[in-house]
Amino acid sequence: MFAIAMAVSLVFLSVSILVGLYRIIIGPSMPDRVIALDAIGINLIAMVAVLSVTFRTSAYLEIILLMGIIAFIGTVAFSKYIERGIIIESRRGD
Amino acid sequence: MKINDVILQTVTKIVTFIILTFAIYLFFAGHHNPGGGFIGGLVISSALILMLLAFDIETVTQTLPINYKVITGLGVLVSLFTGMASFVFHVPFLSQAHLHFYMPIVNEEINIATTIIFEIGVAMAVVGTTMTVIVSISRNKGDEE
Repeated sequence: MFAIAMAVSLVFLSVSILVGLYRIIIGPSMPDRVIALDAIGINLIAMVAVLSVTFRTSAYLEIILLMGIIAFIGTVAFSKYIERGIIIESRRGD
Repeated sequence: MKINDVILQTVTKIVTFIILTFAIYLFFAGHHNPGGGFIGGLVISSALILMLLAFDIETVTQTLPINYKVITGLGVLVSLFTGMASFVFHVPFLSQAHLHFYMPIVNEEINIATTIIFEIGVAMAVVGTTMTVIVSISRNKGDEE
């Protein structure tokens, strides 16, 4: 029963990643694509967590933290590029 | 238009320390678990990149006046000399020794290897290379070095 629940949740998470992929390809504007990428990152983190529960191991927990950090920084970088056209400024205010 | 990024800067001031703590954890987990100098250095440089994103190059270089090219060279030298230190004891290149002892207060067995010095060199090289690349490619065209 437990394994079936884990497998079903993995399938649903994969489906939601596919929906996010659709939004990345079709997405009318760039902010849509960035939000979809962030959602895919969150779904990947959830998939790793479900896998970690399924295999009854704590070896994947570092990966969850690492993917959270990388997804956050990537989203911030994309947002800043969309807003200002430059990612890392030399000097603020110009 | 004046852009307001106070939320990003406030979050960065807290999250940077969380990322650095995680980097130190990954660095010391590297002996038996996933982790080590390379991934620790990458996580440290991702914290520095987050600071660069929220603020700017001038502020970050004022706060952390580090020449990353020097850090790269120093890291490679540290790793090289750790490898060459094994010549003194007539063992092959990059042989490592380790110390196994009992810690009375925290009640745990501690295993310290000389690999940790090698890993410090690797982490310094990785941080230096990554930050040099990021700062170089993000510099505007007309800016001074």
